[in-house]
Amino acid sequence: MGRKLLTEHINVEGIDTLEGYRKHGGYRSVEKALKTMTPDEVVEEVKKSGLRGRGGAGFPTGMKWSFLAKPEGVPRYLVCNADESEPGTFKDRQLMSKLPHLLIEGMITSSYALGANTSYIYIRGELLYVLRILEKAIAEAYAAGFLGKNILGSGYDLDLHVHPGGGAYICGEETALLESLEGKRGNPRNKPPFPAVQGLYARPTVVNNVESIAAVPVIVNEGGDEYAKIGIGRSTGTKLISACGHLNKPGIYEIELGLPVEEFIYSDEYCGGIWKGRDLKAVVAGGSSVPILPKELILKTAAGENRLMTYESLSDGGFVTGTMLGSGGFIAMDETTCIVRNTWNFSRFYHHESCGQCSPCREGTGWMEKVLHRLEHGHGHMEDIDLLVSVAKQIEGNTICPLGEAAAWPVAAAVRHFRHEFEWHVTHAKEAAQPGAVYRAGAVLV
Amino acid sequence: MAKITFDGIEVEVPDGTTILNAARQIGGSIVPPAMCYYTPLKGSGGKCRACLVRVAAGSAKDPRPMPKLVASCVTPVQDGMVVENTTNEQVLNVRKGIVEMLLINHPLDCPVCDQAGECDLQNFAFEHGVSTTRYQEERRTFEKIDIGPLIQLHMTRCILCYRCVYTADQIAKGDRVHGVLGRGDAAEIGTYIENIIDNDFSGNVIDVCPVGALTDKTFRFKSRVWFTKPVNAHRDCPKCSGNVVLWYKGKDVLRTTARKDQYGEVKEWICNECRFEKKETSDWQIEGPAHIDRSSVISANHYELPVLNQSVVADLPESTVRDLQQNPPLKLGN
Repeated sequence: MGRKLLTEHINVEGIDTLEGYRKHGGYRSVEKALKTMTPDEVVEEVKKSGLRGRGGAGFPTGMKWSFLAKPEGVPRYLVCNADESEPGTFKDRQLMSKLPHLLIEGMITSSYALGANTSYIYIRGELLYVLRILEKAIAEAYAAGFLGKNILGSGYDLDLHVHPGGGAYICGEETALLESLEGKRGNPRNKPPFPAVQGLYARPTVVNNVESIAAVPVIVNEGGDEYAKIGIGRSTGTKLISACGHLNKPGIYEIELGLPVEEFIYSDEYCGGIWKGRDLKAVVAGGSSVPILPKELILKTAAGENRLMTYESLSDGGFVTGTMLGSGGFIAMDETTCIVRNTWNFSRFYHHESCGQCSPCREGTGWMEKVLHRLEHGHGHMEDIDLLVSVAKQIEGNTICPLGEAAAWPVAAAVRHFRHEFEWHVTHAKEAAQPGAVYRAGAVLV
Repeated sequence: MAKITFDGIEVEVPDGTTILNAARQIGGSIVPPAMCYYTPLKGSGGKCRACLVRVAAGSAKDPRPMPKLVASCVTPVQDGMVVENTTNEQVLNVRKGIVEMLLINHPLDCPVCDQAGECDLQNFAFEHGVSTTRYQEERRTFEKIDIGPLIQLHMTRCILCYRCVYTADQIAKGDRVHGVLGRGDAAEIGTYIENIIDNDFSGNVIDVCPVGALTDKTFRFKSRVWFTKPVNAHRDCPKCSGNVVLWYKGKDVLRTTARKDQYGEVKEWICNECRFEKKETSDWQIEGPAHIDRSSVISANHYELPVLNQSVVADLPESTVRDLQQNPPLKLGN
C-alpha cells in the first residue's frame, strides 16, 4: 500500500470542519511557514520537492513560482484553478468537498511563499455545493485567524475568495480563467505576456491546480527532500487518479508515482481489474485530451518495459506509442467499447467547448465531429480517415490555447492505434451503424 | 532598438514592435497576411492565425527556436530574432490549412457579395489557398438579424475577427453593447450591434470588416467595386476629419469610405454623415484619384497615368502626389 499524503484522513468524521481538521495536524504548515520560514525558503522547499503541476501539463510548480515577476509596489495574485471539467477527471471535486481545509491551508502557505495578499479559488460553476463547503470552511478559517489581517501574529495579511465560473470548459485554461475572473468573456489570451508577468488585472499571477496547492502543506511539513523520495526520477510524490470506465472498482486513488499501470488496473488494492471478467481494450490515461492507447501499449512500452504511472514512462515513445499522465483521469475501456463512437463522443465535447476565438479550433473541431459522426453512423468513406488525421494536424499547434491540441490528439491517436476499426466502419457501414455495434476481430458484437 | 532577421532580410525596429509590423517595415510580398489584426484597434490580433510564422531563433540571448508557430501580429520582437515566413515550408502549409478552415463554413457567395473585389478573405484564399475543398458537410447558417437602415449584417460570411467588436468598444465609446455571443462555431456577433448603430461613428465597422459580413446598405447591389473609381475627397466636417474616398460610377457617388493604407487599415475614422449622407459631388472638395494599393482587382489598370505623366501630376493636390510617391501603383500580380 502506497503512502497517502493528501487523502489519509479523507474519510474521517468531521474532517471538513476546522476543529476536526486541526485534530489531524491541520494548519501545521501555516504555523511552520509563517513563523519559522521566509517566503523564499518555502519556494525553495517546493522546488526541492520536484512537485509537478497536477492539472495536466506537469510543469514543475517550484519553477513556475520562481518565474513570478516581483516588481515593487505591485500586488501579486495566486489563483487556484478549480475549474476541473476534463471528461474523466474528477479528483479535485472530491478533494475540495471532503477536505476543504487542506486546499485553504495550501492556499495560505502558497500565497505566503509568493507574497500574494489576495488569492482566488476559481471553481467550476456546476460545483455549487463544493463552493458552499469551501465558503463555510473559509469563514471558519477567518474566525480562527488563519485568514485576514496579521495571520497568527506574523504580520502577513491574506484574503481568500471563491469565485464560481459559468460552466465553460475553456475557463480551465489559465488565461481564459483569468479573463473570466476579471468578469469578461472566457477567451484565452495570446501569450506572451504570460500570467507570471501580466496575469489577473495585468498583475503578476500564479495559477495552480487544486491538487498542486494541496500538496504544498505536506511539502512544507515534511520537507521538500522527504517528498522527493517518493516516486521515480522527475515524477515525485503522490498523485490522485480518478479511475473510471469498465473497472471493477472505479474511484479516486492516491498513488505513489511509479506504480505500474498493470498493478493499478488489476490489483485488488486499486481498480480490481476489468468488470464482468472482460478483456481490456484501450485506456485513456490522463483525461479525455490525451492520446488513447491500446491494451498492449498501456501495459508495456514499445520497448517492452513495464509502463509505470509516471510523467516520463507514460509519455515514453512520444505520441507514436505513448500518451501523457495529464490530469489523472484514467478511463479504461473493455472489449465492448466502440472506439469510433468513443472518439466521436470526445470530439463532440471539444466542438461544444471550443471558445470560437481562433479559426483552426473553431472550424476544425466541428469538422472533425461531423466526419466522425458520419463514420459512426455508416456514411463514411475511406478518405475520411486520412481527412481526420489531416484536420487534426491542421489544428494541432496552431491555436491560441491548448484546447486545439486537446481536441486533435485523441482523434489522431484513435486513428493511429485503431485504424482497422475506422476502416471496418466504412466497409461494414450497415452493421457499424447499429446501436451498440462494436468491431471485434472482424466479428460484430451487439 | 531590436535587430531581427525576417526571411533573410535584416531590419531594425523599436523594442516592443510586433513581428508583423517589423515585416511591414520591409514591405512587399514577405509581409504575412493579417485577417484579424488591425493596427488602430487596441487588443486586436492573434485570432485568425493567418499570420503564423516560425521563429527559428528566439533572441540573441536565447537563440533556441520557438516550439510552435507564433502569431506574428501579437508577438513582440526580441533583439537577434530570426523569423521565417515565406521561406518556410511548414508556415506555408499551415497557412493553406487556415484558408481551408476559414472557408469551410463560409458561404462562398462572392458573386452576390458587395465585398467581392476588396475582400481580405478573397485575397488571402487566392494567394495562399487551394482551389478545392474537402468539406462535404452542410455549412453553418444563422438567423438573419436586421441591424438598421445603414449597415447590413451577414453573419454567415463572418470570420469572427472581432474587429467590429473592438471598433464599437474603442471608437463608439460608451455605447459598448455589442460583442460576441455563443461559443465555438456557433459564436456570432451579438445582436446588440443594432444599438451602436445610433452612434455617429458606427459606420466604421463596415470599413474594418475584412469580409462581407458588414456592408453598406446604401451601396447594396449597386455595383461591383471594380467598376467604381475611387477618388480622394474632403469636406469640412464638424465631427470627423472629413478625409474620405468617394467611389464613382460615371457621375454618381455610389459610396463613401474612409481612406485606407496599403494593408487595408483605416487611416482616419469618418462619421456616419460623411459616409451615408453626402452622396453628391457638390458636397465634397475633390483631391484626385485614390490609389488602392492592394492585390485587389480595383488597382488593376486604374490611374497609372497620373504618376507617369508629370503634367498631370503638377495639377494634383500635394497630399495626393505624396500619396502616390509613397505608394507607387502596382499592377495585379506584381
